[in-house]
Amino acid sequence: MIEVVVITGRTTDQGMTIDEKLSEAYMKAVSFCEMNEKDMEKLGVKDGDRVLVKSELGEVVLYVRKPEMDLQPPEGLIFIPMGPYANRVVGALNGSGTPQYKGIKATVEKTDREVVPVQEILNF
Amino acid sequence: MIRDIVCTFCGNACDDIEFEGDYGRNLCPIGEAKFAKKERIKAPMVDGKEVSYEEAIERAAEILKEAKRPLLFGWSSTVNEAIRLGVLLAEKVGGIYDQCSSVCHAPTTLAMIEEGIVGGTLGQAKNRADVVVFWGCNPVEAHPRHPTRYSVMAKGFLTRSRAERRVVVVDVRKTPTAYLATDFYMVEPGSDFMVFTALRSIVNGHEEAVPEEVGGLTKNELKSLAEILLKARYGLIFFGLGVTHSRGHERNVEAVIKLVQDLNRKTRFILQPMRGHFNVVGSGEVAAWEAGFEYAIDFSRGYARFSPGEFTAVEALIRGDCDAAMIVASDPAAHFPKKAVESLKEIPVIQIDPHPNLTTKLADVVIPTAIVGIEAEGTIYRMDGVPLRVKKIRESDYPSDVEILEKILEKVIS
Amino acid sequence: MSVIYIKGGIVVDPTQGIDGEIMDIFVKDGKIVEESGAGKADTVIDAKGMTVVAGGIDIHAHIAGPKINAGRAMRPEDMKYARNKSGPLRCAMGRVLMTCPAIGYEYARMGYTTAIEPATPALYAIHTHEELDSIPMVDKAVLPLFGNWHLTFKFAAEGDIEKMKAFIAWAIERSKGFGVKVVNPGGVEAWKYGRNVHSLDERIPGFEATPAEVLSTLIKASIELNLPHKVHVHCNNLGVPGSAETTAETIKLAEKIGASKDGRESLHITHIQFNAYTGEKWRDMGSGAEELSKLVNRTPVTVDMGQPIFGHTTTMTADGPFEFALHKLFKSKWINKDVEIETGGGIVPITYRAKSPVNAVQWATGLEFGLLVDADKVVISTDYPNGGPFVEYPYIMTLLMSRKFREKEIEEKGVNSYIEKATSLPSLDVERTFYEIVKMTRSTPAKILGLENKGTLKVGADADITIYPFDCRNVSPEDYEVLLKGLRSVAYTIKDGEIVVKDGEIAKEVWGRTFWVNAVKGATQEIIEEDLNEVFRYYTVSRGNYGVREEWIRRPETIAIEE
Repeated sequence: MIEVVVITGRTTDQGMTIDEKLSEAYMKAVSFCEMNEKDMEKLGVKDGDRVLVKSELGEVVLYVRKPEMDLQPPEGLIFIPMGPYANRVVGALNGSGTPQYKGIKATVEKTDREVVPVQEILNF
Repeated sequence: MIRDIVCTFCGNACDDIEFEGDYGRNLCPIGEAKFAKKERIKAPMVDGKEVSYEEAIERAAEILKEAKRPLLFGWSSTVNEAIRLGVLLAEKVGGIYDQCSSVCHAPTTLAMIEEGIVGGTLGQAKNRADVVVFWGCNPVEAHPRHPTRYSVMAKGFLTRSRAERRVVVVDVRKTPTAYLATDFYMVEPGSDFMVFTALRSIVNGHEEAVPEEVGGLTKNELKSLAEILLKARYGLIFFGLGVTHSRGHERNVEAVIKLVQDLNRKTRFILQPMRGHFNVVGSGEVAAWEAGFEYAIDFSRGYARFSPGEFTAVEALIRGDCDAAMIVASDPAAHFPKKAVESLKEIPVIQIDPHPNLTTKLADVVIPTAIVGIEAEGTIYRMDGVPLRVKKIRESDYPSDVEILEKILEKVIS
Repeated sequence: MSVIYIKGGIVVDPTQGIDGEIMDIFVKDGKIVEESGAGKADTVIDAKGMTVVAGGIDIHAHIAGPKINAGRAMRPEDMKYARNKSGPLRCAMGRVLMTCPAIGYEYARMGYTTAIEPATPALYAIHTHEELDSIPMVDKAVLPLFGNWHLTFKFAAEGDIEKMKAFIAWAIERSKGFGVKVVNPGGVEAWKYGRNVHSLDERIPGFEATPAEVLSTLIKASIELNLPHKVHVHCNNLGVPGSAETTAETIKLAEKIGASKDGRESLHITHIQFNAYTGEKWRDMGSGAEELSKLVNRTPVTVDMGQPIFGHTTTMTADGPFEFALHKLFKSKWINKDVEIETGGGIVPITYRAKSPVNAVQWATGLEFGLLVDADKVVISTDYPNGGPFVEYPYIMTLLMSRKFREKEIEEKGVNSYIEKATSLPSLDVERTFYEIVKMTRSTPAKILGLENKGTLKVGADADITIYPFDCRNVSPEDYEVLLKGLRSVAYTIKDGEIVVKDGEIAKEVWGRTFWVNAVKGATQEIIEEDLNEVFRYYTVSRGNYGVREEWIRRPETIAIEE
């Protein structure tokens, strides 16, 4: 298990599938996290494996994705595309009205649990 | 061939799209996906059963009338004509009007209330800016044609090419946008306020007040960045949700506004938030001229009250203040934090949208509509507020958001 | 549409030389008609003891568009004041800045039936019309901004009147505008380089033209196009000591060019108060109103006052460099907007304090213009919201009509005694008659705007009528309280032949028309095709998406200028 900071954001794939949220393509676009290779090594995970991300706000199982080229986040930072998966662990409130979707402390561990299909992501 | 079509995805609102039959030109990959045919909500539904539009509208009006304080949320992906009806409806039913800004650039509005904002149209990026900074934003993925149309490669009358622009990217990770940069600075998450403040100190000649390292940048890096800003003939900072979604929220934005105010005492500089949806600006502007405020507006006392943190959708839902919700052109079930979605599951929800999404799954009344900018026309405001008229380029059997909202409003008033 | 008889009222209508005659007025189908053509009355208003005048016209109020709306968003502290709760009517918000429903309701309650939004970037005209369409009760129109458009500079530098005519006609057609607005010509462009222009003969950065050339070509082109309303200018050097000189030079440009073909004036200097200061620094600043009033009275120029009202408000103007100066002066919040290659603007909150010598001079200067310029040439305005709320027009009217009220205000508000040295106001014993006030709020603005069916009670005119609950023949300047109360509480406002206000309250929500001028037949459009295509390479919207179509406007009314 490692401690990380979670950030979220848009991606091209997320944008391309945003009007088809109940599709496989959308699920594929938003149910992963990107992390630094060194963090992947520490966790003993490779591209396509699954991790459990836990924060004060909740937990979610995600696929691990190794970023393309040199676009990996720095060590200790993981990126999750904005969407229903990310929102299980981000969105802290601090009174201004806008949830904190970025910079949330969390832990990441390797898991065998399945990633919840998007059709069932609201079953909590 | 239909020319000058406005793309209704992101805040760029590119207005040079052309369609010949199903073949579109000048679209980015996301724009292509936007205009592609895809699954639709087939028919209006009440409690999961297909019904007529009349029945669905009747039920929607009933829910809104019975509710003590319904939440009317969304609006950033429809036209101003529909938004205006939404504000009127919220006023008439004594509900809350809130829009997508409250989960994206509302901190920018709050900062503007404190400091104003030094802005300009995207034409300033194209024509004048010789220094362009992207701070906490990633246009290559979120606003794909922004660099070519406006900010990096565009041919302007003073700044005529990429070579004449110094492009700076500041972010907490290397994004594809960083590939466009002349200079890339990686800062620590949540350090924006400190870094802006350090830059202000240097710009205002108080370099000695800056420690050796701020937010992951050395003092020398900060000085070199400040130097780039100061040397601009006309500079422009584009900032995104990296600034508004991080710890500090509106304080971060205030700090960058103040930096730009300071820079205007030395040279010319403007600031532009990278607004997400193609009409998220309209969903604030229309509310401001109709009710006085951009978002987080409560009408339960018969007049408009503005209170972010109280009447913003996420907090109002979590607190259990809203006993019904109407969601128009948005998907809060996908984009709100889990706790707010839990609350949404507890109350009657009306959804007005062309596409099935996660909100459809928890909605009690679903009313499918025409896609704005493809099957329905109207007015939208680009990220810099420039108004554009989106077109109807395909016929459709679906009614528009405006038609549906007019009918609901009529029923609510009578 | 119904028939209304207004029986036995005391009528004041300067367009017919009627000054306090007891007359009946007949209204049918939205127009004023002869008794013989009226038919049976649906409503009879017993106007005995009441004063009947045409509906008021605001020639210059920033009521719609991106500027006021950004101001609203920036100032929730001003917007939180509730004027009306939601019910049969809309909820109406705002103290000085107001929502669209509030603007419409307050104009109607004051007896005003027409208002002109005086400054929109043509690029934002769609937005401005959306807001105008959301303002109930009044007729309206909008003036697009020309003074810092690259094409304006180009045609001015070339001295090409034909091209300027074609460009004006094109731009007001595209923006569904009403005339030509100029703000700090050249200065807003210079601000994009962090500068301003400081005299009429200074070269505009990046161009060959000077502000004087911009103004002269625009004035000449507007005259030749026969626009109903000629050039409406916010002069260079606004708001600083020494501005009176620039204003005088600007007026002399119009004097040199001469009057319009129909004999009307060829230039309107707006909110002249803000551009009428003598001196070199704030320390020796004074009012140039006496000299400028004399100049206005003998030249083909009209003005509106731009009267400041003590209290807080929000300044907003296309004059970007001026707003930056205000921001630096007050260290207050500041919105700036640089708009493509055509204009710009800024917004800064401000408070006018009676005890401040500068604000006191501004207050006195505005009133001097209201007292010294011919009533046929000056219009009451606050340059809403720059000087303050338009709902204070009755207060301004009373100040102009009663010296005693002016003295009381100076005393009670503690207006800085510097005005005795720097202005002529304390010694002015002029008291405007009610007849003159009716001119300054009705017939004069209608004449300046070229709206023949407004500001008059002639048969055939629009039935836009104000009925005040007092007999104007019996009010004396001594009884200023009675006067002020009477002017503030309208008995009836009639708009297009319908009673929309009764006893000061909104009786019915109605939607006015939006006037726009189609002058494209007055100039050969083809001659600017290439120029337009060239500049659109530097726009970020396509030429095909630039502008407003008539069908997007709620109730458009075209004023077509024939060749």
